[in-house]
Amino acid sequence: MSLAAGLPRWLLIPAALGAAIVLVPIAGLLGRVPWARLPELLTTEASLDALALSVGTAGVSTILCLLLGVPLALVLARSEFRGLALLRAVVLLPLVLPPVVGGLALLAAFGRNGLLGETLELAGIRLAFTSVAVVLAQVFVSLPFLVLSLEGALRLGHRRYEQVAASLGASPSVTLRRVTLPLVLPAVGAAAVLAFARALGEFGATLTFAGSYQGTTRTLPLEIYLQREVDPDAAIALSLLLVVVAVVGVLLTTARRAPR
Amino acid sequence: MRIRSLAVAGLALLAVAGCSASPTPAPSSSAAALEGTLTVAAAASLQNAFTELGDLFEGANPEVTVEFAFAGSSALVAQLQEGAPGDVFASADAANMEKASELLSGDPELFAGNTLTIVTPPGNPSGIESFADLADARLVVCAAQVPCGTATAAEADAAGVTLSPVSEEQSVTDVLGRVTSGEADAGLVYATDAEAAGDAVERIDFDTTVVNEYPIAALNDSEVAAAFIAFVLSDEGRSVLASYGFKAP
Repeated sequence: MSLAAGLPRWLLIPAALGAAIVLVPIAGLLGRVPWARLPELLTTEASLDALALSVGTAGVSTILCLLLGVPLALVLARSEFRGLALLRAVVLLPLVLPPVVGGLALLAAFGRNGLLGETLELAGIRLAFTSVAVVLAQVFVSLPFLVLSLEGALRLGHRRYEQVAASLGASPSVTLRRVTLPLVLPAVGAAAVLAFARALGEFGATLTFAGSYQGTTRTLPLEIYLQREVDPDAAIALSLLLVVVAVVGVLLTTARRAPR
Repeated sequence: MRIRSLAVAGLALLAVAGCSASPTPAPSSSAAALEGTLTVAAAASLQNAFTELGDLFEGANPEVTVEFAFAGSSALVAQLQEGAPGDVFASADAANMEKASELLSGDPELFAGNTLTIVTPPGNPSGIESFADLADARLVVCAAQVPCGTATAAEADAAGVTLSPVSEEQSVTDVLGRVTSGEADAGLVYATDAEAAGDAVERIDFDTTVVNEYPIAALNDSEVAAAFIAFVLSDEGRSVLASYGFKAP
């Protein structure tokens, strides 16, 4: 046990303020939770539909993020070419874009009158107003989180192990499977949890691109926003649910890191 | 638009005065000149009409600055309850005015009405002609939790049509956006929204049974607030509202 060992004491003041900025609003939210009505509010058909849809779509999005994001992070971490910095900046763009802009971009690409929309329409595929659109919006916003955190881990200097493996005759695929991936496995897990949490909280892009219909596209954040119109208590109860899921997710991630 | 609004204003004045044809700003009734800043919290659907009303009111009362907070009515009530500044509240429905009743300093008065209308993308791709056609259309409506959704459900009941929308949006502007972007083949929006969208949509009117009525009330007993409400309720105020598609209450 030690508090800020080796650091100047004054540092504690801004640090405490920083923590307070996050903790005070959460405490305020907890103070408004209608505990007595909680079971009733969380088990309405609309709430359960929203929860199931959120967990389901965020789960699928996380798998897609892993399948696409791990290769992308590897390529970004192990390449050197002109324009790499630009490519990375573009891929990470959704991190800094307002999600509603992401939604507009997705509409411009996959909407009926979008870049690929006409082709999709000819193929009989309509994305807007379906759960697939929800997943697409979630992957769009959470993929950069996974790529960014994983690329950092990949750059930590495991190159030598890979070079040794190669010198011992391992093919690139074998090196990837037996050396590179096992080394970054904890980071992959942490990145996946981060992506899942981000997908779970996705709001703006989903609302803009996918629409809002119970059981199909109305995820928990959309349900919270809608319930706020008529029953603020219900919105707070559902918010608590999201906070709990997010906290569990973050704890799972940090627990993995603690032993190091 | 401009010509229509002048025509409406002219007609209103003719009906009242029977002579003069040029609209004049309403003189403030109190003898002392009004001054200060007036903050009006108004429903999002009032944005265009109230902005013009605010300009006219400022023109008639040069010492007054009118500031607006436009948002969904329920969001405005929540903000006012949390202490947001406001002198006048104009709601898109009675329910939200009722929620704000503890904050009001006078009784609410109805100043405008709005009805629903069908909008389709230009060219009406799925050939909607009546309310009944909406049953099979790729339709977007307001969610039942917001005023336009309540009106939608009532119209569907009255018409005996079961709607199966692909999306239930949070606000009427979101519904309009789905239609103007071509994602939906039809939407149910307020007449005022269809009016504001102009050529971006095709409008199909039907026999409405529900008129959504807009109440306005003062949040304190300031003279400026009372004068603004009187102006909104005046013939000139009514004609401005009419030019944006609002009906008389």
